[in-house]
Amino acid sequence: MSLPIYMDNHATTALDPRVLEAMLPYLREDFGNAASRNHAFGWRAEAAVEQARAQVAALIGAQPNEIVFTSGATESDNLALKGVAEFYRSKGDHMITLKTEHKAILDSGKRLERMRQERLEELKLLRLIELTGDEVKPEDVDALSAQYKLDQDAVLQRWTSVVRTGARFTYLDVEKDGRVDLAKLATAITDKTILVSVMLANNEIGTVQPLAEIGKLCRSRGVLFHSDAVQGVGKVPFDVESMKIDLASVTAHKIYGPKGIGALYVRRKPRVRIAPIIDGGGHERGMRSGTLNVAGIVGFGKAAEIARTEMAAESARILALRERLRSKLLSELDMVILNGSLEHRLPGNLNVSFAYVEGEALMMAIKDVAVSSGSACTSASLEPSYVLRALGVEEDMAHSSIRFGLGRFNTEAQVDLVARLVVDKVKKLREMSPLYEMAREGVDLKSIAWAAH
Amino acid sequence: MAYSDKVVDHYENPRNVGTLDKSDPNVGTGLVGAPACGDVMRLQLRISDEGVIQDAKFKTFGCGSAIASSSLVTEWVKGKTVDEATTITNKEIAKELSLPPVKIHCSVLAEDAIKAAVADFKKKRAERQGAAKATAT
Repeated sequence: MSLPIYMDNHATTALDPRVLEAMLPYLREDFGNAASRNHAFGWRAEAAVEQARAQVAALIGAQPNEIVFTSGATESDNLALKGVAEFYRSKGDHMITLKTEHKAILDSGKRLERMRQERLEELKLLRLIELTGDEVKPEDVDALSAQYKLDQDAVLQRWTSVVRTGARFTYLDVEKDGRVDLAKLATAITDKTILVSVMLANNEIGTVQPLAEIGKLCRSRGVLFHSDAVQGVGKVPFDVESMKIDLASVTAHKIYGPKGIGALYVRRKPRVRIAPIIDGGGHERGMRSGTLNVAGIVGFGKAAEIARTEMAAESARILALRERLRSKLLSELDMVILNGSLEHRLPGNLNVSFAYVEGEALMMAIKDVAVSSGSACTSASLEPSYVLRALGVEEDMAHSSIRFGLGRFNTEAQVDLVARLVVDKVKKLREMSPLYEMAREGVDLKSIAWAAH
Repeated sequence: MAYSDKVVDHYENPRNVGTLDKSDPNVGTGLVGAPACGDVMRLQLRISDEGVIQDAKFKTFGCGSAIASSSLVTEWVKGKTVDEATTITNKEIAKELSLPPVKIHCSVLAEDAIKAAVADFKKKRAERQGAAKATAT
């Protein structure tokens, strides 16, 4: 068997050879700019883009003119949140999302919160200048705010009530299985809420959210609904009509297409508007300027078409592989904990914690297998996975987690080899683990006064 | 991040993995780190009455660099006196294994483990001598 084995399909997927074939002409002779309206090169490029637009739309149950091509899902998420915040700012300034969302959502939220906060700080400063009739240094703001009782200042309150910059965010907790509690979501919606953003499926634990129920709730409350559908599209059913989704982020490289091309679905009926975050030549109906990545778009279209026609059979096959891997690991090892819901889960996702074994050490032991871990040691932040922590997974178990991402090109023989390798190495590492020895001797590890470092 | 050859060697062929009898009066046990931080090292030293380290065993929960750091110190301390062993610094460990900055804490933990094991041995010895004196009088 050829090594290494790729089992990290949530990070990215291999380019399907059929996709590459479809792309090649647009990297060679058909290199035209899709915006060139006056010659054959441009027309051919434009025709190819429009065909791909229809293919991507068909995958998610949308119309072609509802697809805005972007550089990928991170841009799509940024455009959805920032575009809605700006366009609908006269309607409201509050958005709701989950603590387990992708960083592209969470950090867009943080920036919008910071923009609003900075505007509020500016107003405070202006009010103090007015009250003191003098220059106010930033370091004196706190003392002067207390002195002039700004928290009770009616003028400042009127000013702040008209602030239309940025947004306020609610980051909802998830339940132990990673799913959102609809009642909690319903309670969080206020008359100032303009957008709810909930992902289709989580990138770490594969948990699939109840989008149809969320869509129904949002529609009934007059709130826009965005979904980062990156991990789930082409793997589990996703339909913007039946799920009442207003905006959706998708990307090609998670469905065996090329990197660097994604899309934002923007509903036309009833019409959803967004302000662009990239200005320029007015491409994509003004929502995303920039010369279209024709070859990438063609590849995205082909990948979407394959995903649409093959999803049912492929997901069943991948689910069977996942279950084969899961049952082998759970039957041959003790203290293996599944993270996230088993029922509401992507077919190719298996995220488990091997207690008393550190994730990075295990990855090093199975170096011929590409997987990923929620261990802090694999991140730059030195914090274990925030997604696992949001589920209530203890830190030590988060350090012990491994994410297997099965995909189109994995085989049963690969699963068997990976299972054997993992079982062997977990056993070996447990023989080296003081925690495993202590646990077997009946020592309650929680009773020990560990020195955090 | 790529691991240095020495880290890989110690990780794949760890020296002196195991357990010494912690009730043995000549065995000092050092348990450092925390599961929540992703690394726990247990270093055990068998120390002669003359203060020479005769044997060293470790078990470590942690990344490859943590395992390599503990494996390395078991090699280094054997045959040394406790006073010599406690002069081993994390800098020497990090340098020997070419640890990147993000893994320096693994070498710190290994240094702490030596000190903790020696402290445990000294505490046991003091208790033993105290008990012996009490019996003599």
